[in-house]
Amino acid sequence: MSSDVLAVAEHRRGEIRDVSYELITAGHHLANDTGGDLHLAVIGGDTERFGEDLNREGVDYVHTVSEGEEFNHDIYVQAVEALHAELDPEVVLMPNSVNGLDYAPAVANRLDIPLATDAVGVDYDGGLTVTREMYGSKVETTVEVGGDQQAVTIRGAEWPAAEGVGDAEIAEFDADIDTDVGSTVTGFEEVGSGDVDISEADFIVSIGRGIEEEENLPLIEDLVEALDATLASSRPIVDNGWLPKNRQVGQSGKVVTPKVYLAIGISGAVQHVAGMKGSDTIVAVNTDPNAPIFDIADYGIVGDLFEVVPELIEEFE
Amino acid sequence: MKVLVTVKEVAEVADDFEIEGTEVGERYLEYDLNEWDDYAVEEAVQLKEDGPAEEVVTVTIGPERAEETIRMALAKGADRAIRVWDDALAEAELLDVETKTNLLAAVVEEEDPDLVLTGVQSGDDNFGATGVSLADQIGFEWGAVVNALDYDHDEGVAHVHRELEGGVEELTDIQMPAVLTIQTGINEPRYASLRGIRQAQSKEIAPKTLADVGLDADAVESDLTLTSMYEPESESDVELFEGDASETAGRLAEVLREKGVAE
Repeated sequence: MSSDVLAVAEHRRGEIRDVSYELITAGHHLANDTGGDLHLAVIGGDTERFGEDLNREGVDYVHTVSEGEEFNHDIYVQAVEALHAELDPEVVLMPNSVNGLDYAPAVANRLDIPLATDAVGVDYDGGLTVTREMYGSKVETTVEVGGDQQAVTIRGAEWPAAEGVGDAEIAEFDADIDTDVGSTVTGFEEVGSGDVDISEADFIVSIGRGIEEEENLPLIEDLVEALDATLASSRPIVDNGWLPKNRQVGQSGKVVTPKVYLAIGISGAVQHVAGMKGSDTIVAVNTDPNAPIFDIADYGIVGDLFEVVPELIEEFE
Repeated sequence: MKVLVTVKEVAEVADDFEIEGTEVGERYLEYDLNEWDDYAVEEAVQLKEDGPAEEVVTVTIGPERAEETIRMALAKGADRAIRVWDDALAEAELLDVETKTNLLAAVVEEEDPDLVLTGVQSGDDNFGATGVSLADQIGFEWGAVVNALDYDHDEGVAHVHRELEGGVEELTDIQMPAVLTIQTGINEPRYASLRGIRQAQSKEIAPKTLADVGLDADAVESDLTLTSMYEPESESDVELFEGDASETAGRLAEVLREKGVAE
């Protein structure tokens, strides 16, 4: 019976991404429970430097696979499959990032092992239990994952990043990868640059689905003007084309750290929160008292923004 | 080219609700077309309008009730629909990625599409994994979290943008046949026109059982078991302002002045 844990690190454009260090923390915790070792894999890029960097406390082995510069799912799937065959781990941990979701499901399918995605907790007590959210974070669930081996993707920023230099054995792993693959990364593009850099703003008024119609945008613009703030938004507003991409706060938008973040009609989906939770003070206006935004807000108004905003404009005019 | 779009009817939970055992009470749920799938349907219909696609077929795993949702996709321009369901599926508490992969792979085998579009994730159980798992199962190439698609029919390549974190997009060429998981914002989903809604009434929704797609009840056996459901504990120490709009706005104004961001 195997009991090791294999965690697969993530990097982009020459940098290890934070979720990799969080994977180490989650993996170390899990390996303690399974009584096995924590193996870390890093695939592609400057694997020598990455390997050293990933040698943090709790890591027993780092396996480097020198194939390709950037993420390519065809190569990742083959590399993880080969490592899995070699190490026979009980659990494979991968990031629930955009790239994680571009290869983890294929890994699980190919290895014919169950997959639990977007874990916010993992525990092992003779069997694997994963904590997940459903219905837009309104409920949390525990899920027992059966089978002898499992694959789990973990949500970013749920575990602290591993620190301290470890004493892992770092070695190149020859995965014998077929590079005649069907997907080719041809480049990267920065999006979201524009007239205003919201990541520099001290005071942000940010709007979400709650504003309902594009016709209501001028009301918010009046508020922004009265407060001399910077206008930003959650994803749906940008998806609807009401504001340009450079105004989007969140996982796929900008990370902002203003003194005050005033969230109006924003429910607080995890992808949005990822971009604004570092704000000094968070104020939320929302009709739903159970909206997740109130869990991270310092001040809140449970009420109708169409009543509150005009009153607020009046306060500052 | 034939495009198959996976469409899911998802449950949305009311603001106030109760959990009964390991599920939210049925009376607190409202059903709607999964937001991400709406964008996938639109992308498929645009491929048909622009030329490369001849037929757009939707496939749903869901009970008869889901047909209302499927009609929306038909009203927006899909040609016909397949709905897979039977007693074994109705009894399953949690349809895991593997189960959905098996079912959809069986449909792909029957339909033989050139392109499969799915939403990136679903708004209810949010696995975000079925599209890529399906691609691997049926031997298609794939791309996850696609927010721009430029399909080159002559070369048999989908030029896509994948939306990474932090305002970065990856440009990738994907060989056809492929499965693409579609991110919101890739297009502007149309509203169903009255004419479309009328036409949808006469379009085919083919109900299929597991046996119809060549599977037995084993295909529904899941390694994932939902053991508990609860409302997450709030770690909040939020100070809520009480009163009418004028009072609460007044208190908020005080805070903004205290913090020195507004005068």
